[in-house]
Amino acid sequence: MDIRTDDKLKPIAPSDTAADVETQEKIATTPGFQRQPTTWIGRKRGAAGRFKLSPINRRRWENFKANRRGYWSFWIFLVLFVLSLGAELIANDKPLLVYYKGELLSPVLVDYPESKFGGFLATTDYKDPFIIDEIESNGWMIWPPIRYSYTSINKDYPRIKGPEDRCLGFPAPPLWATNAQLCEAPADQLARFQELGNRNWLGTDDQGRDVLARMIYGFRISVLFGLLLTFFSSVIGVTAGAVQGYFGGRVDLFFQRVLEIWSSIPSLYVLIIISSVLVPGFWTLLGVLLLFQWVSLVGVVRAEFLRARNFEYVTAARALGLSDRKIMFKHLLPNAMVAMLTFLPFNLSGSITALTALDFLGLGLPPGSASLGELLAQGKANLQAPWLGLTAFFSLAVLLSLLIFIGEAVRDALDPRKTFR
Amino acid sequence: MKTGAPLVQVRDLSVAFRSGDTTNLAVKGVSFEVNKGETVALVGESGSGKTVSALSIMRLLPYPAASHPSGEIIYNGKDLLKASEADMRDIRGARISIIFQEPMTSLNPLHTIEKQVGEVLKLHRGMDDKAIRQRVLELLRRVGLRDPEKRLTAFPHQLSGGQRQRVMIAMALANEPDLLIADEPTTALDVTIQAQILELLKELQSELGMAMLLITHDLGIVRKMAERVYVMNNGLVVEEGRTADIFADPKHPYTRHLINAEPKGEPPPMNPAAPIVVQTDDLKVWFPIRKGLLRRTVDHVKAVDGLSLKLRAGQTLGVVGESGSGKTTLGLAIMRLISSRGQVAYLGNRIDGLNSKRMRPLRKEMQIVFQDPYGSLSPRLSVGQIIEEGLLIQQPHLSYEERRARVAQALSEVGLDPEAQDRYPHEFSGGQRQRIAIARAMVLEPKFVMLDEPTSALDMSVQAQIVDLLRDLQQRHNLAYLFISHDLKVVRALSSYVIVMRNGKVVEEGPAEEIFRAPKTDYTKALLAAAFDLKVEHRGALAV
Repeated sequence: MDIRTDDKLKPIAPSDTAADVETQEKIATTPGFQRQPTTWIGRKRGAAGRFKLSPINRRRWENFKANRRGYWSFWIFLVLFVLSLGAELIANDKPLLVYYKGELLSPVLVDYPESKFGGFLATTDYKDPFIIDEIESNGWMIWPPIRYSYTSINKDYPRIKGPEDRCLGFPAPPLWATNAQLCEAPADQLARFQELGNRNWLGTDDQGRDVLARMIYGFRISVLFGLLLTFFSSVIGVTAGAVQGYFGGRVDLFFQRVLEIWSSIPSLYVLIIISSVLVPGFWTLLGVLLLFQWVSLVGVVRAEFLRARNFEYVTAARALGLSDRKIMFKHLLPNAMVAMLTFLPFNLSGSITALTALDFLGLGLPPGSASLGELLAQGKANLQAPWLGLTAFFSLAVLLSLLIFIGEAVRDALDPRKTFR
Repeated sequence: MKTGAPLVQVRDLSVAFRSGDTTNLAVKGVSFEVNKGETVALVGESGSGKTVSALSIMRLLPYPAASHPSGEIIYNGKDLLKASEADMRDIRGARISIIFQEPMTSLNPLHTIEKQVGEVLKLHRGMDDKAIRQRVLELLRRVGLRDPEKRLTAFPHQLSGGQRQRVMIAMALANEPDLLIADEPTTALDVTIQAQILELLKELQSELGMAMLLITHDLGIVRKMAERVYVMNNGLVVEEGRTADIFADPKHPYTRHLINAEPKGEPPPMNPAAPIVVQTDDLKVWFPIRKGLLRRTVDHVKAVDGLSLKLRAGQTLGVVGESGSGKTTLGLAIMRLISSRGQVAYLGNRIDGLNSKRMRPLRKEMQIVFQDPYGSLSPRLSVGQIIEEGLLIQQPHLSYEERRARVAQALSEVGLDPEAQDRYPHEFSGGQRQRIAIARAMVLEPKFVMLDEPTSALDMSVQAQIVDLLRDLQQRHNLAYLFISHDLKVVRALSSYVIVMRNGKVVEEGPAEEIFRAPKTDYTKALLAAAFDLKVEHRGALAV
């Protein structure tokens, strides 16, 4: 046998596994022992074909996949999110394609004036019976599955009969959920109302807008808002934490106090004051929430940098002459990324909740925008119309649960101590 | 020696670890036995399975992942591998106890010494608080801790490494076990403390008549302590026998390899005519101690206190001392990685007071190799990226291909396959990683290299190889080394001039030969005795 166990030979493959095992077992049995997670990570090579992941990340991905609930939540969320990004193609009051007098038009992308179809208004209302007749007799049109946008009102609703045969207005229940009689209406209006694409599958809100369409758009705006808020607050939080942790000393001392004061400001009241002064809008809201959201990551990143700045490979990098900024980016940031990624899904769900809460209070997005919080508020104001509250509740519940499940799986996958299932 | 049945008998023990879908056999059918009152050593390099085998006796492995495909461990007529968890709890800490390698982490930092030592007594003997205190005091006195009354309320961080290891021993002995498993009990300690701890263990063992299973990679310790030896390699026992026989006549090639693995060779001869590369004059590194509301500086920790040295090209300056003596701080100050006072000159030019920008061009000529090859390589970068990092800064004009060529050259110079540059550090063994760390320093073609205990985290046989490599590189490139170590064997093999440091000051300095042959101060003598003979001498000169 070859007794020169080490060293000048080629890099080891299986013979080193025993060493691995010993390290592993020391980690497991010694309290508080923490070495670099990589030293005992599985050493399969070339398993991933599509793109090259480093072995640590491959193991993390495997761990993530092993958590079935989180993994499926991740895909479901991704599908829902991508679908909602194309909300205009799913729920819209404009047809996807129109063939009119030998011309192929796409109203979703281009605003055609009504004069194009023989009218005189600046924009075309494709749900106007006159326009529909005009187009149908000179060609055809393809509608999205839901023929409402988040602003469009169902004008064909004939009202339903309530007690004592009075005709009731909006909010209207979905037809499948009620056995009430429809009121009298002209035959062509009823025909349009009965058409499959014109049905309000989840009813309408108190202004006659389709709840399903508003939910789809509301989902999109919530997730986008959450993602942006999380992104910006991560960037700011990580930068602040990195500077504090890396330089330590007085910088750290000073900014820690600033943070303490900052985070003890009652943010909701400040938000209410600010939003009553500023014109509410997507970006103003984002900025206002950002003021308080970025604090959440600073502590973790700071701790991570404090720990890692004394690693020997950081000292080695300094001895090689690397600048502080280079060291922070190349050697320390990857360490902090793990902590950051762990918090990401939770921050995301926190951001979504924050937006919903403001919308619910009426301090959020401008009136008329699709928002789950506003839908919740409507549900509260119209307890006789449970489809409003239930829709908002279930869409929020599903969205937040998915994010939390993903978050748990990410957290477990990035946990350096989790070696075994 | 054999009186009836052995105390613990391990037969055909295997240990398998599952991680993901793969299963690794760490121990492959090992048999050994420990008799009453006997010291048995399990020797092998890291990864040979010795710790895993010993922990199996206590069933302390991470069990869902670890399993025993075969084997039995007979203690008191019962197979411990099949014993219930409740039975095991009765045995652990009472009949069989264990001392771990790392005294820094094996005590809970949140509990006092009294509570930690008393816990085993409370658990196994159900003593009341007063009796526990009595017994703890008795134990602490027995393990040679000074002022045990004061230590009762101390927390682990208030004790030194040697004191913590003494506390660990007190905990292990609290219930007078039949068997003490000592898992590299002195590896993390200074040489002088190591000698003291070994002596203590030996005393206690003969006094209490317990058996000891000693796990170590250090043959010097084995020779001093053990009556019988099992040599392990790759999960197998390759040789066993009485200690004297094994050392006198090793049969297995692996045993012979281990015994011959001590660092050997001669340092380059002194050459007073060689140009001075680094010179310091009255170098001081003082850390202020601040107190009070206004954080006024009331005193200083004098990590390095007025050190003057000269280091010439092609020579090695060995800096020797126990941990806390300021050797590493000295090196970092010369490298200008921490602030200091006093002159530091590099090639005749003063470099103290230069800011980091003006230091940067000098960085390529002054390099550093660290102790821990696991901590000094970023796990997220490939070997090539690690080595080329300095080139990117110092020689930005190099093209990608040129850089790769330089990296490959550096790798082959330290005896690694140039192909290794696309792999990641975790794929390499400790010795190979240290070679990578050396390559990272060498690729910049430095004139001065600070070696901060580059061998102490490595196995003995690998140490010898690294020492050879360093000497070889020194000859080829006429390098000046500042060699910092507490391991005097390695220092002797490399250094031409030695400085013995203690508490930031020079205790003794002179040509290596002289220091090793005829040390003048008691401290140096004690250090040498502890390092080469594992003996405690000149107690007065040492800390406890």
